[in-house]
Amino acid sequence: MSDISGLIAYGSFFLVLALINGIACLGLNIQWGQTGLFNVGIAGFIAIGAYVSALLTTPLSDGHLGGFGLPMALGWIGGMVAAGAVSAGIGWMTLRLRSDYLAITTFGVAVTVHLLVLNAQSITGGSFGIGFIPRPFESLAERPVLFGLLNLLLVGGLVVVLYLVLERLIRSPWGRVLKAIREDERAASSLGKHASHYRLQAFALGGALMGLSGAIHAHFIGFIAPDNYLSAVTFQIWAMLIVGGSGNNLGALVGAFIIWGLWSLSGLAIGSFFAAEDQARAAALRIVAIGVMLSATILYRPRGLFGERTTVSRHIQNV
Amino acid sequence: MNFQFLANGMVAGAMIGLGAIGVTLTYSILRFSNFAHGELISWGAYATLVIAGLIGSLAPSLALSFGPFSFGPALVLAAVIGMALTGGLALILDRILFKKLRAKTASITVVMASFGASMALRALLEFLFTSRPVYFSRDLQIAMPIGFGIRITADQIALLFLTAILVLALHLLLTYTQIGRAMRAVSESPTLARVAGIDVDHVIRITWILGGALACASGVMLGLVVQIRPFMGFDLLLPLFAASILGGIGSVPGALVGGLIVGIAEAGAVVFIGAEWRAAVSFLLLIVVLLLKPTGLFGSQSR
Repeated sequence: MSDISGLIAYGSFFLVLALINGIACLGLNIQWGQTGLFNVGIAGFIAIGAYVSALLTTPLSDGHLGGFGLPMALGWIGGMVAAGAVSAGIGWMTLRLRSDYLAITTFGVAVTVHLLVLNAQSITGGSFGIGFIPRPFESLAERPVLFGLLNLLLVGGLVVVLYLVLERLIRSPWGRVLKAIREDERAASSLGKHASHYRLQAFALGGALMGLSGAIHAHFIGFIAPDNYLSAVTFQIWAMLIVGGSGNNLGALVGAFIIWGLWSLSGLAIGSFFAAEDQARAAALRIVAIGVMLSATILYRPRGLFGERTTVSRHIQNV
Repeated sequence: MNFQFLANGMVAGAMIGLGAIGVTLTYSILRFSNFAHGELISWGAYATLVIAGLIGSLAPSLALSFGPFSFGPALVLAAVIGMALTGGLALILDRILFKKLRAKTASITVVMASFGASMALRALLEFLFTSRPVYFSRDLQIAMPIGFGIRITADQIALLFLTAILVLALHLLLTYTQIGRAMRAVSESPTLARVAGIDVDHVIRITWILGGALACASGVMLGLVVQIRPFMGFDLLLPLFAASILGGIGSVPGALVGGLIVGIAEAGAVVFIGAEWRAAVSFLLLIVVLLLKPTGLFGSQSR
């Protein structure tokens, strides 16, 4: 294989993963950016989407529940619906309480989901994970350039559609109500907007997108295991949104590319500059760096690279 | 039926309770859930470990153990210094991060910053000490029977006493001293407290020092009974939150009672359901409290 085709194959692999992270980041943008709901359990919602989709679509295996062998699209929808439903349940329990309680409960969701997929071995395969997950364009896997580009086209197309729909949504009356509630709940309530209903809808929609992101990731890689879904994932998605600019869908996607790029580059650097026994320690420094970056952005540039646009209504912009 | 799980649960619950008191103090006075509190526990344990090693190498006689215990004067001294240092770490975090955010943003942004700080602090520990577990002492402890089929080690008895003393001291401090009254006033209403001439910044500093010191005590206890590793505090975070919400956020006795309930429930789950499900107990308790009584057992107002 020539250098250039290797580069294309690696480039499309990188871009697909960045886009998949971008989908979760768009989900977080609905929850945090638009509505001000704090979710510290992103990894858990991603895991729900990944496992549900994998279980629905894989062939029969002794290692885990399944054998449903459903089409991939149904798996993705199933993963989205499951993650959205869990989000709705959590939201229903906590959104009427103080905002911190939602944060603490979502944190508990991530811990518990990880525990479930690790220990419910007869259903999820436990620490062995789930393999043989059908991949898009699997029959072309022998031709890495074509395979990579087709996957990029599929996921890229999906992200473009999602982006356009979400942009439309935040400009809709629904999106403006979310913003109104975030900025001044009492004023919004006095206009007859039921704040907790809108919050619940936004939280469930965001959770569903995280589930979709997990499902696509599971099918793109073809294998999942519980340790894919640790708190570091939650942390990465947060860093993407905050650095990119919370409240801005474009910012969410650009942030996903930047953070995923830095993450991948530093991974390559650690792999080539450190001896094998030091690599785990060096990898810890990456998390320190992202933690400092996240805190510094909140402190010194709270709007991120692309801040939220203050007016979203096209009626006002046209005046 | 074997009641051993009650003893194990009380020891675990004492550690959770000490940590939860810090969470509940931060919540009631600074009004945010501190996700970095678990890291204060881990940093306290590692700080104590390093200082105990230094003391032991300078004065080997201090490292000898007291009678039936696995620790000696070196560790006691190191724990006191470690508590001060952990309080200092909490103050530094407040100075460079939380204080600036408190002034200009909503409290939920401070929660997010504490989440970022938590990841960074934990990864830094992993970098400095690797993720391999370490121990204060390699001595094996013999558990003594105390009736009802329960066996308990000398260390565990000492730790239960230490918890009781620390909680009693904190309770007296909050109830009878000037700073205790000031802390309660700020937790009721920072604005009114300021109007009444209370130095709110001073109260906040004392809160961090107390929370950090108790977190360190909790970490040293966890290190003595189990082991020291960078994730020790992070894994304790959900039990801490569950305990402080169960006890009623803002209530110091509630946090201890909540900690004991969570600890005993976890130990019971290990015996009756299976050790691998232990970590889910806190989540279940949390959900039950949020559904039935979000103000907790000893919570005062509707929050």
